Amino acid sequence: MTATAETQKPVSLTARSLSGRFWRFSAAFVAIAVLAPALALGWEAFGPSQGLWAHLLANVLTQAVVDTAILLAGVGLLVMALGTSAAWLVTAYAFPGRRILEWALLLPLAVPTYIIAYAYLDILHPVGPVQGTIRALLGYSSPREFRLPDVRSMAGCILLLGFVLYPYVYITTRAMFLTQAANLVEVSRTLGVRRSAVFWRVALPLARPAIAVGVSLALMETLNDIGASEFLGVRTLTISVYTTWVTRGDLAGAAQIALAMLAVVIVLLAMERYARRRQRYFATAQRARRFTPQHLGPIAGVAAFAVGIIPVLIGFVAPATYLTVEAAKRMKVNGISPRLYGETLNTILFAGAATLAVLVFGTVVAYAARALPGRATALFQRLSTLGYAMPGTVLAIGILIPVAALDGLIDRVSQMLFGVPTGLLLIGSGAALGYAYVARFLAIAAGSIESGYSRIPRSFDQAARSLGRTVGGTFRAVHLPLSKTALAAAGLLVFVDCMKELPATLLLRPLNFETLATHLYGEAARGTYEEAAVAALAIVLVGTLPVMLLARIGRRESGED
Amino acid sequence: MAGPDDPPALALENIGRRFGDTAALSGVSLALDAGEVVCLVGRSGCGKSSLLRLIAGVDQPDEGRILLNGAEVAGPGRFVEPEERNVGFMFQDYALFPHLTVEANIGFGLKALPRADARARVAEVIERVGIGALAGRFPHTLSGGEQQRVALARALAPRPVVLLMDEPFSNLDRGLREALRVETLAHLRALGTTAIMVTHDPEEALSAGDRVALMRKGRIVQAGTGYDIYDRPVSLYAAEFLSPGSRVEGLCRQGRIETPLGTYPAPAGSREGDRVVLFIRPQALSFAPQGEGVEARIVNRAFMGEREQFTLAVNGVAETLKLYASDRPHGAIGDWVHIIVNPGATLIFPHADTKCDS
Repeated sequence: MTATAETQKPVSLTARSLSGRFWRFSAAFVAIAVLAPALALGWEAFGPSQGLWAHLLANVLTQAVVDTAILLAGVGLLVMALGTSAAWLVTAYAFPGRRILEWALLLPLAVPTYIIAYAYLDILHPVGPVQGTIRALLGYSSPREFRLPDVRSMAGCILLLGFVLYPYVYITTRAMFLTQAANLVEVSRTLGVRRSAVFWRVALPLARPAIAVGVSLALMETLNDIGASEFLGVRTLTISVYTTWVTRGDLAGAAQIALAMLAVVIVLLAMERYARRRQRYFATAQRARRFTPQHLGPIAGVAAFAVGIIPVLIGFVAPATYLTVEAAKRMKVNGISPRLYGETLNTILFAGAATLAVLVFGTVVAYAARALPGRATALFQRLSTLGYAMPGTVLAIGILIPVAALDGLIDRVSQMLFGVPTGLLLIGSGAALGYAYVARFLAIAAGSIESGYSRIPRSFDQAARSLGRTVGGTFRAVHLPLSKTALAAAGLLVFVDCMKELPATLLLRPLNFETLATHLYGEAARGTYEEAAVAALAIVLVGTLPVMLLARIGRRESGED
Repeated sequence: MAGPDDPPALALENIGRRFGDTAALSGVSLALDAGEVVCLVGRSGCGKSSLLRLIAGVDQPDEGRILLNGAEVAGPGRFVEPEERNVGFMFQDYALFPHLTVEANIGFGLKALPRADARARVAEVIERVGIGALAGRFPHTLSGGEQQRVALARALAPRPVVLLMDEPFSNLDRGLREALRVETLAHLRALGTTAIMVTHDPEEALSAGDRVALMRKGRIVQAGTGYDIYDRPVSLYAAEFLSPGSRVEGLCRQGRIETPLGTYPAPAGSREGDRVVLFIRPQALSFAPQGEGVEARIVNRAFMGEREQFTLAVNGVAETLKLYASDRPHGAIGDWVHIIVNPGATLIFPHADTKCDS
């Protein structure tokens, strides 16, 4: 009778688990929340219209569209040239300092666009250090006799953005060179292609999808930028959205321009998606093998290093040094003001809270797609990661529309019921700003959590379920402990991005609420130079953390450690 | 053992499952009595693993019903989540949780028990499977065979209604595979566990289970004891899946099947002029003295240790024939020899069967 002794009846036979429903519902909620701002924009822009399109087109939009197009084209070309050649240099050639250069080339990622613009305004100021030195060398005594072209121009903006955004192209292209090119390059050599021709005939065509992905990411950042264009006097669409709302109080107009920006975003997104599909094809077509670089002689080696370090000097070393010197001067004389301490605390609290929320929501979306595979959860996952493509200003206007209406409603209801006016509760409490952070950075968390899950075999899920764990129980017992590292990495990336965030913060922050980024923006916009350098330095220093993480991942993937 | 009135431990009724346009499973019915071990065998992609996933509840059937001990766990309008079915599942990759010790892995399915009882049960299972020395270790420090034992212990710990094993031995070396198969089956027998084992290896299927179910393109084409399906395969496909052999075409004339190898009694129901295919396994052939049987030319001979395999060509037969010999006969490649066919060991199928041989 051992048979009956060793088998139990099924525990219980209730239909359909609550746990599964909870995860699916939560994922749907997150997706809708991320999508809501875009829908609100459409509603406001096409809704009860004030007939502003014609006015906008004539006065603002045409110029802004042209300027934005020129900026995007310029930055696109520059990051393509810088990123691709840097990636090729450190992959195809071996020279002293190459290892250092490999990760140093990532450093400009730590410098937000508004900080590089802020720093160079001063570095290249007619009475600043660079022009002063040149004049001293050439024997001129005043800026009136000699000055460089003004950095406050379209060309200046393109250059500066290009030198901090090229790492997007560098990362994707280098990964492609490292993992894919080896076999093909060697085969092409045996077929008679000279070393010097390999780049143009094999490597570059091979890397096209990777370059396209990198460029589209860099251009999304360009479109998102508000500080650099503002400081350097380029009237982009982002600036137009901002001024239309902040100085003219015209929400419908801002929504309409924001909608035009969304059109640009969709083009960039389509380009990225298309390129990624092709990249996947390339990636599966070839087995990964390490690329054997060509050893350079001493002179050529030094030259290669000198050329390779230029983007690092311009994009990171110069602004970071400048900020350090200025911050040190300031702190030696005045110390750090309590105001700056308060702002730092604001920044950390807000970024920290938003990071926690992003991790929770990102986990919900990624785990729902994993544990309850199907069309619905896959769609929720895709929708909830669209926020990363929305420029901060566009997102903020999209959030402002429903939140302002809701705030008005809450205020009226509260006054009616309790006789207490609540004012702008959601905006005043920072809830709206938190919402923006979550919507914008969810993709980062969801992506890195998902890639953590992809290393957990499916059989683990099935084993846990058949051993009696619910969908949620399986998450707690298996996925959470096994994806802790991925979660921590995601948290770091999101935290730093929240901390650096400027455009949405400017629009959605509560009254008289400053973060380090808005402080810097305020000073730079006013043209005063107080503690902005200290704030900027803090942002850059924290920003180097994810860069180091990225460099480590890169080293592991390229088979060194 | 199960009484005559007990419902089967597991019953599958007309199961169907589609993935997009392809039918992964259709019309699958099978019942297992308590304590029975059934091997599901078939080529990769025949739907055997999909069937296990449906029984475990990690996937849902589109048609049909699944009953455990007589209670419906999947069917129209009813679906019991996997965690509530108490079905054990053993995976090809073992799926041991890397962040848990062997002990914690085995106790993973015992969450519903009070802690002391769970600990006692873990100790009991560890003892039975004989892995006491591994209790505190982590899965990545274990050998393949040790991991397999831990996976078995983990699946058995909650006393499952039925244990599902998906290619449980395919990640092991050949020698170890056989030893562990014998050991695992001994545990299942001792505990009276009802089990389904999926395999693609016909030898494993024939030797391991009380019954074998042969699957093809999402259907069970034949189920029965190992002897049943080996001796009386229902189709040429089944015959060829279970053992090597050669096809020889023949024609039905006056109640007999005429082939280049001789004539055979026609099976019941054959009609004059029917074309048939004889399936001849190597053991049906033997060498004959000069003047007996038919002439064959040696195409190849391969020495394999305990036996030697001869490949032979016979005039008028398209395929070469295989013959096993263990007495090291004479004969070099190209020589002509005589062979005879044991008529009782040949299988005869209608000719139409040859068309569907994927």
